[in-house]
Amino acid sequence: MKIGLYPGCSLKGSSREYNESVVAIAKAFNIDLVEVQDWNCCGATAAHNLSKELSLALPARILALAEKEGFEELLVPCAACYSRLSVTQHELNEDQNLKNKIIDIIGMDYKGTTKIINVIQFIDKYITDQIEYKMFRPFRHDVACYYGCLMVRPHDILKFDRPEDPQSMDKVMRKIGANPIDWAFKTECCGAGFSVSRTDIVGKLSGKLIEDASDRGAELIIVACPMCHSNLDMRRAEIEKYLKKKNKMPVLYITQAIGLAIGLDEKTLGLQRHFVPVVLKETGDDYKAEKKEVTQPVETEE
Amino acid sequence: MARIGVFICHCGENIGATVDCAKVAEVIKKVPGVAFSTDYKYMCSDPGQTLIKDAIKEHNLTGVVVAACSPRMHEPTFRKACAEAGLNPYLCEMANLREHCSWVHEKGDVTTQKAIDIVRTLVEKVKRNVALMPIKVPVTKRALVIGGGVAGIQASLDIANAGHQVILVEREPSIGGHMSQLSETFPTLDCSQCILTPRMVEVAQHPNITLYTYAEVEGLDGFIGNFKAKIRRKSKSIDEKTCTGCGLCTTKCPTKKIPSEFEQGLGNRPAIYVPFPQAVPNKPVIDKEHCRYYTQGKCRVCEKVCPTKAIRFDQPDEIMEVEVGAIVICTGFNILRPTFFPEYGYGKYKDVIDGLQFERLASASGPTLGAIRRPSDGKEPKNVVFIACAGSRDPAKGIEYCSKICCMYTAKHTMLYKHKVHDGTAYVFYMDIRAGGKMYEEFVRRAIAEDGAQYIRGRVSTIYEKDGKLIVKGADTLLGAQPVEIEADMVVLATAGISNDGAEELAQRLHVSYDQYKFFAEAHPKLKPVETNTAGIFLAGACQAPKDIPESVAAASGAASKVAGLFSNSELTREPLIAVVNRTAPPLFSTCVGCFMCQTVCPYNAIEREEIKARDGKVIKTVAKINPGLCQGCGTCVALCRSKSIDIQGYTGNQVFAEVMALLEED
Repeated sequence: MKIGLYPGCSLKGSSREYNESVVAIAKAFNIDLVEVQDWNCCGATAAHNLSKELSLALPARILALAEKEGFEELLVPCAACYSRLSVTQHELNEDQNLKNKIIDIIGMDYKGTTKIINVIQFIDKYITDQIEYKMFRPFRHDVACYYGCLMVRPHDILKFDRPEDPQSMDKVMRKIGANPIDWAFKTECCGAGFSVSRTDIVGKLSGKLIEDASDRGAELIIVACPMCHSNLDMRRAEIEKYLKKKNKMPVLYITQAIGLAIGLDEKTLGLQRHFVPVVLKETGDDYKAEKKEVTQPVETEE
Repeated sequence: MARIGVFICHCGENIGATVDCAKVAEVIKKVPGVAFSTDYKYMCSDPGQTLIKDAIKEHNLTGVVVAACSPRMHEPTFRKACAEAGLNPYLCEMANLREHCSWVHEKGDVTTQKAIDIVRTLVEKVKRNVALMPIKVPVTKRALVIGGGVAGIQASLDIANAGHQVILVEREPSIGGHMSQLSETFPTLDCSQCILTPRMVEVAQHPNITLYTYAEVEGLDGFIGNFKAKIRRKSKSIDEKTCTGCGLCTTKCPTKKIPSEFEQGLGNRPAIYVPFPQAVPNKPVIDKEHCRYYTQGKCRVCEKVCPTKAIRFDQPDEIMEVEVGAIVICTGFNILRPTFFPEYGYGKYKDVIDGLQFERLASASGPTLGAIRRPSDGKEPKNVVFIACAGSRDPAKGIEYCSKICCMYTAKHTMLYKHKVHDGTAYVFYMDIRAGGKMYEEFVRRAIAEDGAQYIRGRVSTIYEKDGKLIVKGADTLLGAQPVEIEADMVVLATAGISNDGAEELAQRLHVSYDQYKFFAEAHPKLKPVETNTAGIFLAGACQAPKDIPESVAAASGAASKVAGLFSNSELTREPLIAVVNRTAPPLFSTCVGCFMCQTVCPYNAIEREEIKARDGKVIKTVAKINPGLCQGCGTCVALCRSKSIDIQGYTGNQVFAEVMALLEED
């Protein structure tokens, strides 16, 4: 079965490594991930500040394209895109008049039946059960799973995980051998859109977050959102200014961590693109160990 | 020829604003068999009822249809009016134009047409109604009160003082309920136990009250006035008659570190225990889950030390059946448990506690003897944050209702804290302060003005531990949602009041309805607040919704007066809307073929076998017979009867078919 992929702008630009790692692990697990053709911007934070119709029409067009291509499921790795698409689908399903109006605007058929999944749901559904067969090098690190604001909220619409104390990413991390720490900033704000306009605020908010993760013994932070990543990684200078000390804690996408655990090489996963160098402590496992003979269960046609 | 009178009620604007009542009356007048038809603003009012009575006499009516609201409320009203005018009350029916029509549709011709159709079906039904006589049943003048908290205690005492027998069943080893756990009570700050324990003792000593603690109601049969309840008296492993309650066994028991339920886990108890010193009855029970003898087969220390040899390890559970005429459910409430608040660290951090735990901390009989000391290290907390609405009024948590008691007890907590820790600061995060009640608002103001509680309007997003402090992150919405961070030594969550464990199962066992939150449902939220939809079963206290002590006591007295009212008659009249097996002339006698499918499906065991005998005593035929005392008119037998020999009186097949045919008919 083919699964649609909507990368959005970040995954083609500042977060190319997120896209690379998503595609790489999908390939490793033989999942047919197909990018939606002719996709457009989801509207991001800008559209819904300007016009409600625009903020709904943009994601609706993407969903209509996915429907046209026959995807039952659409993977949206960027948390902000995931939020916009999910909100749109929810609002249009709730209000038939609005739905007709938006269909009119985009000039395409739109049913609203595509199942929108985020990267954690994607991993949980297609990868988690397979990980042990592909495991190359257990990811034995203390990690702080950072969910940010949009992955689990608003709960009424997304109905995914616990909004105040999410666990899904922690579960995936345990599966690859990591030790997710218990910390207090799982869903606190990283500074979000201030990434460009008010880097001082990003420094403070992301700084507090990194400080707590460090204090509680995390070796690295795991994220699933390009915005969170750029604030925590790219704005490290501002963070260090706020903390008044150096901090070299790497920030990895969840897909990169999985990629490392199944033995994909660093370049394929785009680790070299990070601002904070990805230096992880030796885990004692033999890095040069040959890949274990992989025995996969025989797939049966359903 | 039938002479039906039809009375269309406007119900003020409830029906009149949507349905053209005059037109309905007009159209119905032309239906064959309708002798009189009119509309009126309030049919249930005295002039409205007089209108019906006069019409019955004047037009010599043989049946009445009142087209108004749902029959639940006013069917008895109109049937009584008809009876007063000399018409058999069961010849009067209600057509529901309010709930089934005007409330759910827009104003318009279609709506009026629907109203006409509804009335027409009822006219056809009433044409086929027959006069019925109410059934008389005797009343067992003994009440069963389930739950021995303050509501159950009050209800038991009130019924017993009215001169009736009461059986009080309590699940725990002692009566007293949550109130016995409280330190002081709002708004007077009088000691909870000081006012409750005398009542508990009164219950134990009252000649009319039989108290069964450590017992549960397992099943219920019968109906109002004639219930049969099955009670399981769990084995206490002691002989209550021999035990003197000296307490020696509890001091010698080697298994001592069991978290005490009464102390909300803040203190320990042994395996043989009395929940608290003032318990009634003040005799221990053995907790079989933790007792060494029951778990490992060795020990029997209590048996050795008992001076009166009252320990009975082989004592079985006792199941008894009691006959009662009325039941009062007072099973109380519970509070939300830890897993609900991962973001507040409830259950993770020792110093994040709930309101009941704080009551135990503040109580003179509690684990700290009334000194406010935090659970983790026993230090006196200098900054305490109280969080109101922890779970309540939070649709995201699945609890949309207000738990009602938390605003008041949180204010009380800040006072109790400040009265004991003078240099401490009490912070309260709140959404609104709901202090409706006599002296309640004044009480909250006193906490703020005199005891200096710092009230912050806003909610707490998260609590985490850092360097031995609990960091409480919240927002002050009166200062424009400004973020607030407080370094607290202890946090008290006013967790939502929820239905008690096992409430749903009990409701199903007793056949009473309950709401989506598993609180027991009252028959009418305003006018029948202590009745359930099952006749003879009443409610009191927080098993219905979170309630404070005064409200629970008031409800208990209300329920008790209902019971006393019920017991003031020596027999009850029951609605004759029950199933009957038809009887025909010989040689058939009945169309019943005696398959007794009905007997297998009847949930009330109301179907008996009747032998029809010839003069010489020879059995001609065995047919089903329905016991009118037991039948509840559910209709299951009617649906199952293969020869269509059973009908529900008042809802016969003929009547229902006539209704359907009237709907299908073109005007």
